[in-house]
Amino acid sequence: MDAIQVQGVSKSYGAQQVLTGIDLAVPAGTVFGLLGPNGAGKTTLVRILATLVRPDAGRASVVGHDVVTSAFEVRQKISLTGQYAAVDELQTGRENLVMVGRLRRLGRSAARRRAVSLLERFDLAEAGGKLVKTYSGGMRRRLDLAMSLVTEPPVIFLDEPTTGLDPRSRQQMWSFVRELASGGSTIFLTTQYLEEADQLADRIMLIDHGVAVAEGTADSLKVRVGGERVSLTFASASSVALAVADLDPVASTATSVTVATSGTAAEVRELLDRMDKIGAPVDKVAIHRPTLDDVFFALTGGGPR
Amino acid sequence: MTSAYWAIDNSFAMIGRSLRISARNVEALLMAVMLPIMLMLIFVYIFGGAINSGTAYVNYVVPGIIILCAGFGASTTAVSVTHDMVGGLIDRIRSMPVASSAVLTGHVVASVVRNLVAMALVIGVGLLIGWRPAAGVADWLAAIGFLALFMLSISWLAACLGLLVRTVDAAGGATFAITFLPYVSSAFVPVDTLPTWLRGVAEHQPITPIVETTRGLLMGTPIGSSWWIALLWFGGITLVAFTWAAVLFRRRTA
Repeated sequence: MDAIQVQGVSKSYGAQQVLTGIDLAVPAGTVFGLLGPNGAGKTTLVRILATLVRPDAGRASVVGHDVVTSAFEVRQKISLTGQYAAVDELQTGRENLVMVGRLRRLGRSAARRRAVSLLERFDLAEAGGKLVKTYSGGMRRRLDLAMSLVTEPPVIFLDEPTTGLDPRSRQQMWSFVRELASGGSTIFLTTQYLEEADQLADRIMLIDHGVAVAEGTADSLKVRVGGERVSLTFASASSVALAVADLDPVASTATSVTVATSGTAAEVRELLDRMDKIGAPVDKVAIHRPTLDDVFFALTGGGPR
Repeated sequence: MTSAYWAIDNSFAMIGRSLRISARNVEALLMAVMLPIMLMLIFVYIFGGAINSGTAYVNYVVPGIIILCAGFGASTTAVSVTHDMVGGLIDRIRSMPVASSAVLTGHVVASVVRNLVAMALVIGVGLLIGWRPAAGVADWLAAIGFLALFMLSISWLAACLGLLVRTVDAAGGATFAITFLPYVSSAFVPVDTLPTWLRGVAEHQPITPIVETTRGLLMGTPIGSSWWIALLWFGGITLVAFTWAAVLFRRRTA
């Protein structure tokens, strides 16, 4: 069963078209990564799915409930962790959690118990009694995520959960997301980091200027820009010339030649032997797997931004 | 549990939150309390000698200062509403199965509580510098109830203004009228000392009947028709501001 379904969703603000005909489906219990640069429309799509914004056209449903006509039912099934930590600076971590618990209708004492266990789980037990304004960026994000998990809703939206975090805090967020995924939650994640989508998401959609550019698993997307490549670096320009004449390179520079490869040791050895035979000894060898960056730039037609 | 129970519980959760935040926002709290007290001292000791109010000036001015104090409190309320709207918390709450009016209710109730505390301090300092009210217990209770209604109506108005503006800075400015109106009323000087054209404004704006009613209850001066005119203003302002706030809240967050 699909936890999230989106059909032909479009949204514009004034003359600016933010989303155009987005279609997607997220099976329950999987992690879906929405990948795109700033201003691609990621946050708008999340806000539509979280019932905060109405689409101009198309339909979207979460756990079978339409986000426009059954917004209240959708809200019972989701949580949203926005791009900016939505926490009260002048409340303590514990107070923030208890407040959300009470808004989620746990009642005062159950909300308190829940706050204690979440502080423990998110490594905030010690800081729980301190005002959030004294927290580091990583602590705020952890509290923010904890606030989203007060009632463990089946569908969790994470809008750029690691933007602006240092590498250690990012790793920590990733492990929390993996933990949630293994617990059976459906996670809809947006990110501008290709590595993050690669690491966390079962399926990825690339969007650019509000249009879906590609969708699939990380591996299937990588295949779309070709398989692995091997770069041979030569000591002399004459060797490069010999290699270019002998091989069928996909790219070459003044000192190196890149060819497609299966990546097996046998093929690389054969390649090196062949270069020796034609008198173009290889200085260095490097094998490239295509990264999602390659996919992204290949499919959106842009250079690095 | 019924949904009405949870709606009330949600409101209490948000009232508690707003009160905690108020108590910790020391600067805003000091500002809301110190400014009226400073103004009271300035009026009583500096301008007071030159103003002929027909009584010891401190006895004339304290009810006006209490009203002024509530005006400053309103500006704090508008700022904190705007602060919530521009922050991420409102999106979180709107994506939860929660009546979002709980957020504004929290702000408004906290605003009334803050104002009552500030009022108590102004009254205390007033008594220290020689203010001698002529009110009995029933008069005091009536005056406090009356002023609480006033605070409720301007708190809703402040919440509205807080929803109307887009930045926290603008929210402070938007409440300018509430803090300024007391000066063009009978709060600090008898209205009949004003130039004729200004007298018309002073007599027909809401602050004058509010001040006159408060003064009547606490000092025993004649109230006349002021009390019901003031109550009509409260009712009207609360009704309009409450309805308008609900509309703005939906629009701002859509």
